[in-house]
Amino acid sequence: MKEFNANSITKKSNFILNIIFMIYTLFCLVPLILALIVSFTDENIINTYGYSFFPRKLSFASYQYVLLNGRAIINAYGITIFNTVVGTFLSLIVIALFAYPISRKEFKYRYFFTFLVFFTMLFSGGMVPWYLVCTQVLHLKDTIWAMIIPYLMNGWYVIIMRTFFATTIPDSIVEAAKIDGAGDFKTFMVIVLPLAKPVLATVGLFITLTYWNDFWLPMMLINKDGLLSLQYTMVKIQTNIAYLTQINSAAGGGNVAGVIAAIPTETVRMAMAVMAIGPIVIAYPFFQKYFVKGLTIGAVKG
Amino acid sequence: MWMVVNYVPRVKKPVNKFSALIRDIVQHKALYIMLLPGLALILLLSYLPMLGALVAFKDFKYLGNNFFENFMLSKWVGFTNFEFFLKGPDTWLITRNTIGYNLAFIILGNIIAITFSLGLNELLNKKVGRFYQSAMLLPYFLSWIVMSYLFYGFLSVDRGILNVQILQPLGIKTISWYSDTTWWPLILIAANVLKYAGYNSIIYLATLTGIDEELYEAAILDGATKWQQIVNITLPLLSNVIIILLLFSVGRIFVADLGLFYYVPMLSGPLFSVTQVLDTYVYRALMNSGDIGMSSAAGLYQSMIGFILVLLANFAVRKIDPDKALF
Repeated sequence: MKEFNANSITKKSNFILNIIFMIYTLFCLVPLILALIVSFTDENIINTYGYSFFPRKLSFASYQYVLLNGRAIINAYGITIFNTVVGTFLSLIVIALFAYPISRKEFKYRYFFTFLVFFTMLFSGGMVPWYLVCTQVLHLKDTIWAMIIPYLMNGWYVIIMRTFFATTIPDSIVEAAKIDGAGDFKTFMVIVLPLAKPVLATVGLFITLTYWNDFWLPMMLINKDGLLSLQYTMVKIQTNIAYLTQINSAAGGGNVAGVIAAIPTETVRMAMAVMAIGPIVIAYPFFQKYFVKGLTIGAVKG
Repeated sequence: MWMVVNYVPRVKKPVNKFSALIRDIVQHKALYIMLLPGLALILLLSYLPMLGALVAFKDFKYLGNNFFENFMLSKWVGFTNFEFFLKGPDTWLITRNTIGYNLAFIILGNIIAITFSLGLNELLNKKVGRFYQSAMLLPYFLSWIVMSYLFYGFLSVDRGILNVQILQPLGIKTISWYSDTTWWPLILIAANVLKYAGYNSIIYLATLTGIDEELYEAAILDGATKWQQIVNITLPLLSNVIIILLLFSVGRIFVADLGLFYYVPMLSGPLFSVTQVLDTYVYRALMNSGDIGMSSAAGLYQSMIGFILVLLANFAVRKIDPDKALF
């Protein structure tokens, strides 16, 4: 039963609002739907009639190709999954470990270390010296770690986590653990981390997205075909559709000349977009839940 | 009682700051060890590049075996790189593009986001509202490269929906989207709004739902219309959040989204005049021309001005609401 509310908008305004939101919602969803449909369209139909929401002939050829011959694409998917899983895990550890000491009042130099991390959010040396350090000091170029290490530490997430530790975890619990003889590290592992699950989930979600969606690091630091992530393979194909053929023949995919010619490039291209979007859509309810929580956690002053 | 437990007898006063630090490290060994991985990462990946930004004042050459040798052996050239960059034919264009686009993103993006949040707050059917929110937030989770593929579905010259399904059947001359500059300012702004408006409107909505209902009830008793309530209650209460978000985006006005400007136009050369921004310029100078001196000068020019703008923005925020300032 709907409660009567004198301050509700009129039916007419409600109708207009709904129309506006429906149009905008379509703008957000229709491009995804188009990609999905194109990926299931027959390649020849596309070459003759262009993309369509109502294709004359459906086909699974693109996914068939990816599964059977697209060794390079499968490999890229594997790299993306590896980067995302390992990166998120390591990043959460590094960030939580840094955030805990600077959240403790008994830690004398907490302001200094907070400032040290905070300043990195305000100023940077720019892309070029960063690139020089990565390639000439850390020698990350063309290693898998090039796509993981640079995102491990993030000032903003450190501040969010520090604020959570400082405001949500009761001092009395930490003190009690110390009286029981637990050291700082044990207190952190046994008492603090289990209480910090909400902030770990939220920050973890953002980090997962960063790694999953990243094309910036491979763009800067990866040149080797075997190390291309999914997003970066999409970058390469966007600039040169023939690249799809190259990498797959190099990876031992379609090495028969006839097979190479038959790659359904148009549909495979969109199938890759679908593969990149798919996991995000599937995990979406979870994402949204922690995302909104994250907004309120992040709203706490740093 | 726990004060007794925490009591640490002082043997002697610390002689200086350094020995105080050593004492603290010994006392809180575990805390310092926990800091180490993150500390190493920011020293190497943030602070070392800050020092390395000095290459902007050098004629950087690969003369040695590693970065330090290269750095030491390269000649100091003062502001030559900056002069070279600032006198370049494109400098004005890319600065104008960067600032112009960011201003459009900020103004249009926020107007749309605020309008949406007000609308979402008033919808009669909250369930439908939640569906709209979910749909609007989705583009925020997609990368620019994925977005560029989705746009390609509509803009492709010989296959895209706009040309093939809309313009051709209507008998209108098709547009070569990826070489005609006319529409790109609009497309880039639309792309940016599409990606971030949903996200921003949810931030605003979070503030709106926190507004005390009693304020509105009092206004209704006074006979205020819906519109009057929005103007006199909602917007003033939202204004702090709006101003703060605006100021911080102004602080980032010199930073352009490389993914948006590089990949959504598919790196198309004919579009450079409307798609070239600072970030794409630096990237191209570094990766395509390998011009370390000039690209680092351009990068430092960008981050110095960005830094000053962030400081100014924060100063302004502190004037408005000290609690909301970052520092």
